Formats: sequence, C-alpha cells, structure tokens
Amino acid sequence: MRALVVDDDSTNRIIHQTLLRKLGVKSLEMVVNGKEALDIHSSGQTFDLILMDMDMPIMNGIQATKELRAMGVRSMIAGISTRAEGEAIQEFINAGLDDYQEKPLTSSKLKSILHKISHLMDN
Amino acid sequence: MEVGQMQRTWVEYIKSLFREGFLDSQFSQLQLLQDESNPDFVVEVVTLFFQDSERLLNDLTRVLEFPNVDFKKVDAHVHQLKGSSSSIGAQRVKNSCIRFRMFCEERNIDGCLKCLQQLKEEYYTVKNRLEALIRLEQQIVAAGGSIPIEELTF
Repeated sequence: MRALVVDDDSTNRIIHQTLLRKLGVKSLEMVVNGKEALDIHSSGQTFDLILMDMDMPIMNGIQATKELRAMGVRSMIAGISTRAEGEAIQEFINAGLDDYQEKPLTSSKLKSILHKISHLMDN
Repeated sequence: MEVGQMQRTWVEYIKSLFREGFLDSQFSQLQLLQDESNPDFVVEVVTLFFQDSERLLNDLTRVLEFPNVDFKKVDAHVHQLKGSSSSIGAQRVKNSCIRFRMFCEERNIDGCLKCLQQLKEEYYTVKNRLEALIRLEQQIVAAGGSIPIEELTF
C-alpha cells in the first residue's frame, strides 16, 4: 500500500508517518500543502491512501481534494483536522472525502481508515 | 540514584503530568509508537513541537503588535498550534488555543493579548516539564535501565 501525507505541520507529519509505518504501510510520501499534493500526482505517482489536512497555506485540503477528484484520482482520501463540526467540515467532506477524522489521529482511527481500504480492495 | 529509584521517580513524575492536565492520553499513544526500530521517536516529536510552537508564538506576538491586527492570520497560527499540541497531547496548551480562537472570532484584541500571555505560560511550563521528563529518561537509559511504560496504569 502506498500512502501520501499532506500536512503543513511537521509535528503532525512525523506522527502520521510513524502511525502508518507501525500499521505496515512502508511506502509513503509527505508534502506540505494541497498544491504539492496535486504536483506529486501530476508527476505520475499514485497512492492508495491520502491523509489530507484541511487548513494549510497556499492550497487547503478542501480545494486540493476537489482538484484531485477532478483529475480523476480515485484513491481513498481521509480528511484530518482539529475541527470537530461545522460548515467547513461538511464542505471538506463534499469536496470528495471518503472518510473524515478529527485530530489527533490515533492508531485506532487509522486502523478504521485502513480497514475501509482493504474492504474496498476486496470488493 | 540507582536505576530502580530513577524508574519510580519517572513513573510518579509522568503520572503527575497527566493528573495535573499537562498531558493527555495522546502522549501515551506517542510513547507506544516508540520501539527498538524508532528509539528516539518521542524526543524527535517533542523537539519538533518545541521548534514549531516557538516560531508560531513569535509570529503571533508580531501579528498582534500591528495597529490593524489581521485576525485571519492570528486564527491560522492559533489553529496550527492547536493541531500540533493536540497531536502530542499537550492538553493545557490545546485548551488555551481553544479559548484564544474564541477571542479571535470576536476580534477582541485585549482578549487575544491576554490569551497569548496565557498560551506562552502554558507552553513554557509544559516545555520545562517535558524536558525534565526526557532528561530523566536519558539518565535511566544511560544507567542501563529501561523506561517502565508498562507501569503507567491510570
């Protein structure tokens, strides 16, 4: 499985990377905003899972998710944010998320995301 | 101090950090992620958190000094600090950020300045405590002991 972590915060990036590795995801890339997420896809790389932060400079997670879907990216995109509720979360989900989790991301939250992916792959 | 005594001191010290609300269960999650393949994980994460937080606190201080405060910018910095403090389990810092954002929404400069002061106090307190915890862990390991995470039952 290949994963992409999109987050402008270095503390979150290292935690998400370690959580993914601990759960067996060995192949992963990290970028710091939505535009870099688009660029890495434009360069031809593909991922099974994208962990997408919502609030980022240059391009936020909502815009990046919309544009990735418009590019035809079918990877599972899981939105991650400290926001618990509200219109922004709904907008993020409507942009094309498959899953949304409130920060902090934990092993059990990540396991539930990975479980969804394996379920999709089985079907 | 002998290893057993240092380990007991470590257990009591970290329990007090949880009891007094400096840390929450997310910090335990980070400790569980640390293993032989990644022995310095917690120190690395905490060091990154210190670097990022101090940059954000400096940025916030500067932004709030301008005559026309850009509240959108203030909110973005506080939001980022809320995210990283929540990810490492620095509960009191996270709670200060939540209060700060309410004043930011109200565009209340005095409230924001008070919150910034409180946020700095909470941040530097937890930083000192975490540094003391890490020093104690390094002493335990240097003396040939291991960190007794299994003794942390709450």
